[in-house]
Amino acid sequence: MRKDKKAPRRWLQWRRGDASKVGRWHWPIRSAGINFALGYGVLFLISATLFLSFIWWSSTNLLTQHVRAFIETDAQELTQRWHYGGPPALSSAITDRLEQNIDDDALYLLVDRRGRRLAGNLPGWPVAITKMDHFYELTIRRYTFSTPAQFKAYHLTHGFKLIVGHDIRGRALLSTVITRTLIWCAVMIALLAIGGALVVRNLFRRIVGSIARTASAVASGDLNHRIALTGSETDLVAETVNTMLDRINRLMEGVRQVSNAIAHDLRTPITRARNQLEEALFSASSPDELRLAADKAIEDLDHITGIFEALLRIAQIEAGARRSAFTMVDLNQLLTNMAELYEASAEDAGLSLHMDISPLPPLYGDERMLQQALANLLDNAIKFSPPRSLLSLTARPVTAITPRGHTAHTTPTGIEISVQDQGPGMNEADILRAHERFFRAESARHTPGSGLGLSLVQAVTSLHHGRLILTRTNPGLKVTLFLPLLQQDADHTTTTASHA
Amino acid sequence: MHILLVEDDPTVRSFVLKGLKEAGHDVDHADNGKDGLYLAVGEKYDIIILDRMLPGGVDGLHILETLRSQKNNTPVLLLSALSDVDDRVDGLRAGGDDYVTKPFAFSELLARVEALGRRGHNETAPETTLTVGDLTLDLLSREVRRGGQKIDLQPREFRLLEFLVRNAGQVVTRTMLLEKVWDYHFDPQTNVIDVHVSRLRQKVDKPFQTAIIHTVRNAGYILRPTQS
Repeated sequence: MRKDKKAPRRWLQWRRGDASKVGRWHWPIRSAGINFALGYGVLFLISATLFLSFIWWSSTNLLTQHVRAFIETDAQELTQRWHYGGPPALSSAITDRLEQNIDDDALYLLVDRRGRRLAGNLPGWPVAITKMDHFYELTIRRYTFSTPAQFKAYHLTHGFKLIVGHDIRGRALLSTVITRTLIWCAVMIALLAIGGALVVRNLFRRIVGSIARTASAVASGDLNHRIALTGSETDLVAETVNTMLDRINRLMEGVRQVSNAIAHDLRTPITRARNQLEEALFSASSPDELRLAADKAIEDLDHITGIFEALLRIAQIEAGARRSAFTMVDLNQLLTNMAELYEASAEDAGLSLHMDISPLPPLYGDERMLQQALANLLDNAIKFSPPRSLLSLTARPVTAITPRGHTAHTTPTGIEISVQDQGPGMNEADILRAHERFFRAESARHTPGSGLGLSLVQAVTSLHHGRLILTRTNPGLKVTLFLPLLQQDADHTTTTASHA
Repeated sequence: MHILLVEDDPTVRSFVLKGLKEAGHDVDHADNGKDGLYLAVGEKYDIIILDRMLPGGVDGLHILETLRSQKNNTPVLLLSALSDVDDRVDGLRAGGDDYVTKPFAFSELLARVEALGRRGHNETAPETTLTVGDLTLDLLSREVRRGGQKIDLQPREFRLLEFLVRNAGQVVTRTMLLEKVWDYHFDPQTNVIDVHVSRLRQKVDKPFQTAIIHTVRNAGYILRPTQS
């Protein structure tokens, strides 16, 4: 009872499993190193046993055959003696042989017709031997020990019978040697297995330890820690974890950036609204003035709300949560409708919107988000265009180009949508920072806006694994969205690739 | 209209309550889900305005689902601080008829409430022509006439006018137009809707003596038939 209460060893536990499996026995050892060593030891032991068994089997076989051949030849010679000289000659031959047999392993018996012993070193006719010309293997007592021996009995003329035998003590010897070898083998295998277990265990520990150390460093807040690559098979895990950490890091960085931006860019309109209200409260002389101040304050608050919505939406898109709304989107329809919506605004601003849309294949994506992105681009373009200038919306399918410049596929691999204006454009430095949240180029300071439009476009493009490219066109700016045509099922597998 | 307002925040509640009463509506209110559900089930309302997140263990969606499961088809407008597209879809899927996110302008809420109330009355007979004052829309041939004179409209302009006519005498906001006429749910930064409405005015109002499409400051537009 007391034993049961003892805490189980870490690697030696009885797993209970769930209710349906109660009582089912589970392999108790959890440590991979020990399991590995055990398996290795058992395997080695089995192979050693098989190997030694084969040696035993073939050696004893050889020995027996050897002994039998010897018995046959000996018997043939003795029979010849019998033919030449009868019983006396055979008796003396047997005696001679026994005397010359240094190993003391030859066995003979010559009996007459009544079964009386004439010569030989066997005390009497063994009861087991009933058939002539047939090999028997019997255990006999010699002096003080028993030993196996091979016998064969022969009929001689006049009712005489002869037994020629050979003691196979060597086999017992062989058996001892092999047994001993086996025991030593087992001991050595056990030692090797224990050693191996320790080595493998340490190896595993080191590999897992590196990952565990990184994980715990990250858990305690150090996001810059990465798993060192060793070139071994575990690099696959290490690389995946590192990629994951990179992504987490980027997201965290984004959150930090947003909170900084919020602190900075939301305070300004809030302060403005507050100041206006306060000032009106103290110095307004008529209800109309108060009303005006309240109107302005509401306008500022709406602006703040707008920034909030945009920020939240960007954060949400960047977290990848919006992929649930992905469907096959007809971009032809989407672009035409969007152009129709903005064409009026463009015309109102004295711009002409030129549309050039080649037939596009359907794209797997989020329709609402694509509409929003496109609306932001068109909004921007209209906002920054000088009067009587040209605005163009172009879209075409893109086919992959191999390094040699030949067209590799006839089916398109992506879609390119560009919006081009003839406004002031952006300089190179601004282009690099254009997708940052709240970034506004110097030339855009006087126009209304929050600096979140392109951030949102960037986020939507990333959500679709695409690229956002800004180019100067002198005059003006060309914003190009490249959206790869992904299949529905390929969506998950390409996630890592596009972020790498 | 007889309206039920279920909203827990006292400031928002009194603000909406005051506004609706000023607009001539008869409003009951509850500040928690339990009372709200009790009123919604027990009385007959023209419209129910529901906050999504309510104290007392019964939230807005729960009330809505209970009503719908009892085959109560009173139009429901959901009011929520959850502005996610998914939250919006959840709300509409649960049987909500419209969705307004906080913070909101009262004019927006009022316009939507009145549009919903009107829809509740009009649903009985499917019309083929709409007539407001001297303006007639033939929904089958897509022909528009004002005072017997034919007006040529683009398909989108026709839909815009149709929406205004269906809500004649009531304010419709820019967001409502973007959602109902274009089926877009984003926030355009420039005045896209204003431009479309002004184009429509060019055709519907300019050639005639009196204007029927009017701008309502800080709110949106209203189509009001000429007094004749």
